[in-house]
Amino acid sequence: MATYSCDLLIVGGGGAGLRASIAAAEARPDLDVAVVSKVYPMRSHTVAAEGGAAAVIKDTDSLEAHAYDTVSGADWLCDQDVVEAFVNEAPREMVQLEHWGCPWSREPDGSVAVRPFGGMKVSRTWFAADKTGFHMLHSLFQTSLKYKSVKRYDEWFVTRLLVDDGRCAGVVAVEIATGEIHSIMAKAVILCTGGCGKIFPFTTNANIKNGDGMALAYRAGAPLKDMEFVQYHPTGLPATGILITEATRAEGGWLVNKDGYRYLQDYALGTPEPKPVHRTMELGPRDRLSQAFIKEQERGRTLEGPYGHYVNLDIRHIGEAVIDKKLPFVRELCLKYANLDPVHEVIPVRPVVHYIMGGVHTDIHGATPIAGLYAAGEVACVSLNGANRLGSNSLTECLVFGARAGLAAAEFVDGAAPAGAAIEAQARDEEQRLRALMAKTDGTERIADLRSEMQSTMEESAGIYRAGDTLAAGGETLGRLRQHARHLKLEDRSSTFNTEFISALELDYMLELAEVILRSAVERTESRGAHQRIDFPARDDDKFLAHSLAYRADDGSARIEYLPVTITQWPPGARVYGKQ
Amino acid sequence: MSGGAHEPAAGLKLYHPPMSLWWWLERRAYFKIVVRELTSLFVGAFAVVTLLQIRAVGDGPEPYAAFAAMLGSPAFITFSVVAFLAVLFHALTWFPLVPTTIVLRVGEQRVPGNIIAGAHFAGWLIVSVVVAYILLRG
Amino acid sequence: MAETLRLEVSRYRPEEDSEPTLQSYDVLLDALNHVKNEIDGSLTFRWSCRMGVCGSCGMMANGEPKLTCAVPLTDYDPAQPIRIEPLQFFPVVRDLVIDMSSFLEKLSNVKPWIIRDDVEATEAVEFKQTPAELDAYKQFSMCINCMLCYSACPVIGLEPEFSGPAAIALAQRYNLDSRDKGKEERMDVLDAHEGLWGCTYFGECTKVCPKNVDPAGAIQLYKMASATDYLKSLLLPWGSK
Ligand SMILES: Cc1cc2nc3c(=O)[nH]c(=O)nc-3n(C[C@H](O)[C@H](O)[C@H](O)COP(=O)(O)OP(=O)(O)OC[C@H]3O[C@@H](n4cnc5c(N)ncnc54)[C@H](O)[C@@H]3O)c2cc1C
Ligand code: FES
Repeated sequence: MATYSCDLLIVGGGGAGLRASIAAAEARPDLDVAVVSKVYPMRSHTVAAEGGAAAVIKDTDSLEAHAYDTVSGADWLCDQDVVEAFVNEAPREMVQLEHWGCPWSREPDGSVAVRPFGGMKVSRTWFAADKTGFHMLHSLFQTSLKYKSVKRYDEWFVTRLLVDDGRCAGVVAVEIATGEIHSIMAKAVILCTGGCGKIFPFTTNANIKNGDGMALAYRAGAPLKDMEFVQYHPTGLPATGILITEATRAEGGWLVNKDGYRYLQDYALGTPEPKPVHRTMELGPRDRLSQAFIKEQERGRTLEGPYGHYVNLDIRHIGEAVIDKKLPFVRELCLKYANLDPVHEVIPVRPVVHYIMGGVHTDIHGATPIAGLYAAGEVACVSLNGANRLGSNSLTECLVFGARAGLAAAEFVDGAAPAGAAIEAQARDEEQRLRALMAKTDGTERIADLRSEMQSTMEESAGIYRAGDTLAAGGETLGRLRQHARHLKLEDRSSTFNTEFISALELDYMLELAEVILRSAVERTESRGAHQRIDFPARDDDKFLAHSLAYRADDGSARIEYLPVTITQWPPGARVYGKQ
Repeated sequence: MSGGAHEPAAGLKLYHPPMSLWWWLERRAYFKIVVRELTSLFVGAFAVVTLLQIRAVGDGPEPYAAFAAMLGSPAFITFSVVAFLAVLFHALTWFPLVPTTIVLRVGEQRVPGNIIAGAHFAGWLIVSVVVAYILLRG
Repeated sequence: MAETLRLEVSRYRPEEDSEPTLQSYDVLLDALNHVKNEIDGSLTFRWSCRMGVCGSCGMMANGEPKLTCAVPLTDYDPAQPIRIEPLQFFPVVRDLVIDMSSFLEKLSNVKPWIIRDDVEATEAVEFKQTPAELDAYKQFSMCINCMLCYSACPVIGLEPEFSGPAAIALAQRYNLDSRDKGKEERMDVLDAHEGLWGCTYFGECTKVCPKNVDPAGAIQLYKMASATDYLKSLLLPWGSK
C-alpha cells in the first residue's frame, strides 16, 4: 500500500469539485491540491445538465426575487441565510465562469442571454443552448489544467474517509487501472461526489451516480440531512429516463394528456396561456408537476405505452428555427433515443428521479461536523434546496458552494495538526477489508439482481407519493437485500480495471443510503415539497419546519434527529403558483 | 501512481496493437487518401515536364523539335494518359475537401461547403474550356 | 424488442493473454451491459451517461469508431455478428478499455483556457460577445473528448506524438474566441511537426465525430493561419505579428 500526501484533497471532479480546486489553487498557490475522481473529470455527470444555471444579472431582476423563488420553491425547508449568500454570490460566480470561457448564449448586443425556468418569477437562467452543464464542466476542466499546483488522480475510487478523533485526515482509494490500494493523506478533504439517482430504477442520472460521498461521510460519523427529499423531474423519456430539459417548457412547450388537454390547469398551477408565463402552468415547480402527473394517471387521463404511463410534451409550435438554436440537444436526444423528431411530433414523457435535495450536512461554508471534512455540490446538503430544488439552481450551487468550500478548506489546512498513527492503522484495516472482498470466491448473489431489486423497492415505497406501510415494507426488503449483499458473487478475478469490483462497492453504498432515505421518510409524518405522504397530506410547520439529520448508529441502522431551519426574512407561507 | 494523470498508471501491462504495414488497405477511405497522396507525384511530374518544355523553347527551335518528338512517343503518351488520370483523381478528391479550409461568411451565415467546392469545380471547368478553345480554334 | 443479436467482443486480459482474443455472445439489445450484468461480469468497458455526452463509451464496432451508447443496434444486420473492439491506435488496458492518458497531456499542452491578462480589471461584468462571435468558435467547443477522432486518424497510429484532432480543434476553439488573446502562445506549441503539421489531411476525424465538431477543418484553418503568418514574415519586412 503506497501512501501519498497533499494539503487539500478534493474527491470528485464535477462542477463542484473543479470549482473548489480552482478556488483553493487561486487563493493559496502554495498548497498542494489533489483531485481524485472515479472517472476522468470531464465524464462527471455535470456534463449532462441541459437547461441552465440561475443568477441575477438583468436590471428587471433582483436578488430578493431570486431568494423568494428559492425559498418558496423549497417549501420553506431551506436555511434562508444560505439562500441569501447564494443569490448574492451567484452573479459573480457566473461572470467568473464567463471569463473562463464558458460559451453562454448571447443577446444581439453581446450581453448574456437568460431564459425562464420552473418556479422562477423572472427570467434569470443563463444557458449555453441546451448543453449548459457540458459547457460549464469543460470550461472548468480546461481552465483547471492551467494550475500546476493541482494534481489529479483520475480513475481512482475512494472507499473510505480516514477520520480519527473527530478530524478527517485523508482517504483510502483504489487506483482502478491497476487495482492497487493507496492512501492519500490530507490536511483537509472536500467531498464533491455528486448525487445518488441510481438508487432508483428510472432516473436521469448516469451510471456513476451512486451516492458514494454520502455513504463515505455517513460511515465516518457525519449526519445526512433531509434525505427523504428526492426530486422527480416531470419530463424524462419513457424507455431510458433520459432527461428532456425544463428549457423545452421555458421556450414554450406544453404538457398535454391523452386528450391533448393542458392538464396542469386542474392542479392549482394557473390558467393556460399560449406563451409561457413565469411560475405558471408548465413553469411551475417540479414537485408539483410530477405530483400532477400521478393524479392525472389516477384519473385515467394519461397514455400507456410499453414503458408505463406517460403524457406528451408538445414543442411543435415553437418551430424548427428556435428548436435548432435553443434546444438542439433535445432534438438530437429525441431523434436518437425516442426515434421521433420533436419539430413534427409530440414527445412522450413521464416523471423521473433526477436529484436529491438531501446530502451530507454542512454549514454555510461547506464544513461538515467532522473537522477538516467539507462537502459541496449535490453530495452536500447546505440547505439551499429544502424540500424541492428549483431547476437551474444546482449548477450555480456547485459554483458558489464549491468555491466557498475550497476557500474554507484551504484556510483550515494551516491550523491542521499532522495525522496520528491511528490514521495509518485505519488505512491498513481498510486495505485488508478490500483485499478480503477482492479475494472472495464463495459468493452467490449477482450484483445486477440485487441492484435492480433495490431500485424497484425504492420506486414502490419511496416514489412520488409515499405511505407509512409501503415505506415499512420497503425497509424490510432492503434489510434482506443488505444481508444478501454480503455474499456477492464476483466473477472478475483480475486486478486490472476491475469494474465489477467497483460496482460491488457502489452497490454497498447505495444500499446503505436507500435505508437512510426510507428511514428519513418514515419519520417525517407530514407532506412537504417532494416528500408527499398520503397518510399525512398536510404540511406541519409546528413539528417539521426542521431538517432531518440521519446518524449511523453502531448497529448500522439510521437514527433521525431534527434541526430547526433558519428563517431570516420570509416566514413560512403558502406556495402560490399561477397568476397571482 | 507515476507523476500525474497524464501518463499511464505505473505497473500496467498495456497491449500496444501493432500497426500493419498494409493499414492503408484496411479502410476504403484510407486507401483513397493514400492514393490521392501518391497522385501528387504525377501532379509534380506534369509540372516538371512543363518546366522542361519551357526550357526547350528557350534553347531554340531544334532542341524544341526534339523535345516535341519525345512528347509524341508512344511511351510518353502512355505516361501522359496515366498521369492525366492520376491528376484527375487528385482534383476530384481534393476539391470536396477545400471547404473545410475556407470559412466564408455572408452576414451571419457561413457559406455552405458545397457552394465553395462547387465554385472550385466551376473555376476548373471554365479554365479547361478556355484552354480547349485556345488549343482547338486553329 | 426481444430480437437476438450476436456480438463478437475483443477481450484482452493482461494476466492471461499476450494479445486480445475473441469471444462470442448471444445477447439482447442493450448488448454490452446485458453481457456484463447477466452473462460475464468480467467484461470490461467504460460508460456513464448513456446519452452521448460524457464521451466514455467509444469503441470500434465492425471496424468503425463509434460512441456505443449513441448507435442503435438496429443499424446492424441481425444476421451478422457485430465485432466490438477497443478504439484503435491506443494502448489497451483491458478488454475494451484504452489508455488515454496521452490525450490529457496533449490537451494541456495546447493551453485550452482563456489567455488574457486583464481579467482582474473587468471582474464584475461579463465580456461582451455577439452571437456571431460566439458562432465563430461554437462548433469547436462541442468536443466531448470521446477519442473517436484519434482512433480514425492513421497518423496517430504511425506517430503517437501527434497532437491529434481533438486537441488541435480545442486550441482553435480558444483562438477563435473573441475573449481570448493567446493565439500566439498556442501557435508556439502547435507550429511543430508533431503539432499541426503531422496532419496529412485524411479527414476521417471529421467523418467519425459524433458531435459534428469538424476537427479536420480546425486543423486546416490553423495551418492556413500558420502559413499566412510565415509568408507575411517572409515577404513583408515589417513582419507578421
Ligand atoms: C440530466 C441532468 C440534467 C441536469 N440539468 C440541470 C440544469 O439544467 N441546471 C441545474 O442547475 N442543474 C441541473 N442538473 C443537476 C446538476 O447537474 C447536478 O446536481 C450537478 O451537476 C452535480 O454536480 P457535482 O459536481 O456535485 O457532481 P458530479 O458532476 O456528479 O460529479 C461527481 C464527481 O465525483 C466523483 N466521484 C463520485 N464518487 C467517487 C468516488 N467514490 N471516488 C472518487 N471519485 C468519485 C465522480 O467521478 C465525479 O467526478 C441536472 C442533472 C441531470 C442528471
Ligand atoms: S456513455 Fe456517455 S457518451 Fe456514451
